[in-house]
Amino acid sequence: MVGKPYDEMYSGATSVRAPYRRYAEWLSDQPAERLAQKRAEADALFHRVGITFAVYGQEEGAERLIPFDIVPRVLPLEEWIRLETGLKQRVRALNAFIHDIYHDQQILKAGVIPAEQVLCNSQYRPEMQGVDVPGGIYAHIAGIDIVRDDAGEFRVLEDNLRVPSGVSYMLENRKMMMRLFPELFSEHSIAPVDHYPDVLLDNLRSVAPTGVADPTVVLLTAGAHNSAYFEHAFLAQQMGIELVEGQDLFVRDEAVFMRTTQGPQRVDVIYRRIDDDFLDPLVFRPDSMLGIPGLLAAYRAGRVTIANAIGTGVADDKSIYPYVPEMIKFYLGQSPIIGNVHTWMLRKPDDQAYVLTHLEELVVKEVHGAGGYGMLIGPAASKAEIERFRKQILATPERYIAQPTLALSTCPTFADSRLAPRHIDLRPFVLSGRDVSIVPGGLTRVALTEGSLVVNSSQGGGTKDTWVLES
Amino acid sequence: MLSRTADHLYWMSRYIERAESLARLVDAHYRMSLLPHSGATLSESLRATMTALHMSDAYAAKHEAVEPRAVFEFVSLDRDYGGSILSCLRAARENARAVRGSLTSELWVTLNSTWLDARSLAARRSANADIGQFVEWVKERSHLTRGVTIGTMLRDEAFHFTRIGTFLERADSTARILTAHQTDLMPGADAGTVPDPYQWSVLLRALSAFEVYRRVYRDVITPFKVAQLLILRDDMPRSLLRCCKEVYSNLKSVSNEQSAETLRRAGEMHAMLHFSRMEEVTAQGVPQFLEQFLARLRDLGDRIAYDFLVPPAEA
Repeated sequence: MVGKPYDEMYSGATSVRAPYRRYAEWLSDQPAERLAQKRAEADALFHRVGITFAVYGQEEGAERLIPFDIVPRVLPLEEWIRLETGLKQRVRALNAFIHDIYHDQQILKAGVIPAEQVLCNSQYRPEMQGVDVPGGIYAHIAGIDIVRDDAGEFRVLEDNLRVPSGVSYMLENRKMMMRLFPELFSEHSIAPVDHYPDVLLDNLRSVAPTGVADPTVVLLTAGAHNSAYFEHAFLAQQMGIELVEGQDLFVRDEAVFMRTTQGPQRVDVIYRRIDDDFLDPLVFRPDSMLGIPGLLAAYRAGRVTIANAIGTGVADDKSIYPYVPEMIKFYLGQSPIIGNVHTWMLRKPDDQAYVLTHLEELVVKEVHGAGGYGMLIGPAASKAEIERFRKQILATPERYIAQPTLALSTCPTFADSRLAPRHIDLRPFVLSGRDVSIVPGGLTRVALTEGSLVVNSSQGGGTKDTWVLES
Repeated sequence: MLSRTADHLYWMSRYIERAESLARLVDAHYRMSLLPHSGATLSESLRATMTALHMSDAYAAKHEAVEPRAVFEFVSLDRDYGGSILSCLRAARENARAVRGSLTSELWVTLNSTWLDARSLAARRSANADIGQFVEWVKERSHLTRGVTIGTMLRDEAFHFTRIGTFLERADSTARILTAHQTDLMPGADAGTVPDPYQWSVLLRALSAFEVYRRVYRDVITPFKVAQLLILRDDMPRSLLRCCKEVYSNLKSVSNEQSAETLRRAGEMHAMLHFSRMEEVTAQGVPQFLEQFLARLRDLGDRIAYDFLVPPAEA
C-alpha cells in the first residue's frame, strides 16, 4: 500500500531538513500579512507581463494564470549532481535508441525490445527510416519528469521527447522570486538558471545542416491561440530569433524560406513547437493548416534541421518507457543512475492478471495519454470507474500500463492562506547538441488540491521556483 | 523581418494612435459640453465629426438622437463597436500579443497593462463615470506607449514599421478632423461671418494645437492660419506635412526590391505639401484638397500592405 510521503522540508513534526534550514528560519520571521501581500503582488505581475496560458473559446485577453506558489523547492548540490548525471545518461541512451530504431535496429535484433512494440507503434515514423540527422541527435530538448518516492529515492515517471513545455515558467518563477524576496538570494547561494536561452540557442545552432556557417534559427508556433503561446514568444524573444507560423514559411527546391519584408530568407534550423502530425500536410495530416507543405522532403534531403526531430514519440511512449533501463545498459553499458517506477505492461498475461486483481491500489495509464488525462488512480476512484477501466483493459490490454500509486513527495505550499503539504514533481530540461547539458533545477509542479497527485497545469496544478544550492 | 510581424506592428501602432485621436476628439467635445450655451454647436460638431470618421451608421444603429453623453459613451467605451477607443486598445494589444517576441518587454507590458486596465475600467464604470478622466487617461497611455517605443526599441525595421503605422494613422486622423470642420475653413470665412470660437477651440484642442497656435502666430484665430498650421507647418507634430515627412523617411529605411513606386508616391506627397503655399490650397478649395489627400493616403496604405506586409487578400 501507499507509504507516508517524503516531505521535502520537514523530516519530522518540527525538524527541518538541512537544505531548508535557513529558509525555514526566514519564513518563521515573516508576518502573515507580508506573505499575503507578496502573493497578491505576484499574481498582479504575472497578469501584467502576460505570463499566462490561453484558454480556448474565451474572450480575447482573458488568458489564465498558472498559479505560482511562493515557497521554493530546494535541492542540495549533492542530490542535484546525482540527478544531473542520471538525466544525461538517460537522454544519451534515448537519443541512441531513436537513432538505432531509424537505422539498423540492433536493439530489436538483439531481442531486448519486442520489434512489434516499436514498429507497430503509432509514433514510429517510417518516413524517418535511414534519414541521417546532424550529430545523430533527435531529442534536442527533453523534459524528464522526476518524482521522489516515500523512501526519498528519485525516479523517472515519464520522458517527454516531442515538444516538452514549461521552461518559461522555470525562468519566470526565478525572476519573480528575486523580485519579491531579494533578501533570500543574498542569504543563499542559488545556482542561476537564466542562461537557459543562450544554451538552447547554442545547441540549436550546433545542429544546423553541414556547411552552414551562420545558421538562421526560427521557432515554429501554432499561433497566439495555442495554450503555450507565451512560452513560444518568450523563448523566441530571449534567443533573438523569429517566431514563425506555418504561413510564414514555404519550401522551394527542397529548401525552407520565410517570407520577410525584404523578400524570402533561407531558414536552417526550425525549433518547432507543434506536433509531428501537423508539420507537413503533404505527408501527415492533410487538413493541417499549421504546417508547411514540402517540409519533410527538405528535411529528408538534409537541407533543414527540425528540433526535436520527427519521430521522437516512439521513445517517450508509455509502452516503451519500461525498456529505458535496458536501453541504458544496451547502448552505454552502464547501469541506470535514476530508476524507473515499476510498471506492469497489460499486454503481458502475468502482469495483466496481477493488475486486474489490484486495480483499487494501482494507477492505470493509457499508453498514448498525456496531461493527466485517460488515467485511473485506483485509491481515489469509484467502483464504477474501476469497472469501466477493467472492461477497457480486457478489450485492448496493449493500450494500458499500470504503476503503483506513488506517494509523491510533498512540499509546504500556500493553500487558503495557510501552509500545507502538497504533492510535487520536477521537470528538468535536458539539452543535447554540441554536448548534453542541463540548467540546474527545472520546473517544480505542485498539485494544489489536498491529496491530489495530478500536477498538470491543465488540471489545476501550480508551479514553484526550484533552487539548487551551491553550498 | 517577417512580413506578418511587420503587419502586426504596423496595426498595433495604428490602433494606439487611433485610440489617442479619438480620445482627443472626445476630450475636446467634452470640454465644450461643460461650457454654457454650447448645445447647438456641439451637436453639429459631433454630427460632422462622426460623419468624417464613418461612425454615423454604427451610432444610429444603437442610438436615436445625437446626444453628447451617448456619443461620448459610444465612442469611448462601446464593447461591440469595433471603432471605439476600448476596441482600439484591445486591437492594439492583440496585435502586440501576436508579435510580443519582437517588442521590448517594456513595450509589451505597457500595451498589455493598458488593455487590462481599460477593460476593468469599462466593467466597473458607474452611470456617471467621468468620461473626461477616461480620455485623459487614454492620452497618457498613448504618450507612454510612444515614449517606451522611442526609448526602448532598436532602430531596426520593427521600429520603422511601427512609426509608419503611427504617422499614416495620424495623417488620416488630422485630415478627417479638418474635413469635419471644412466649412469653417472655406475661403472668405475670414472676412465674412465671425468664426465660432467654440468650433475653433474644439478643432485646435483635438489636434493639440491650441497653445501651439498662440505660440506660432501670436494673433487672433483665423481660418487661413488654422489651415496653414495643420496642413503645411513642418514643425507642427500633427500637421499633414509633418506626418508625410515621417512616413517618407521611415519608408525609405525599409525599402525593398519592389517598393520603389510606393516610396516615390510617398515622396511626391511629402514634396507636394512641402512646396505648397496656403494660397494655392485655398484656391483649389480646402474640401477638395482634403478629399484628394485622403484618397492618396489610402492608396499609400494599400501599397505598403502589398509591398511589405500581409496583403488583405492573403490575410
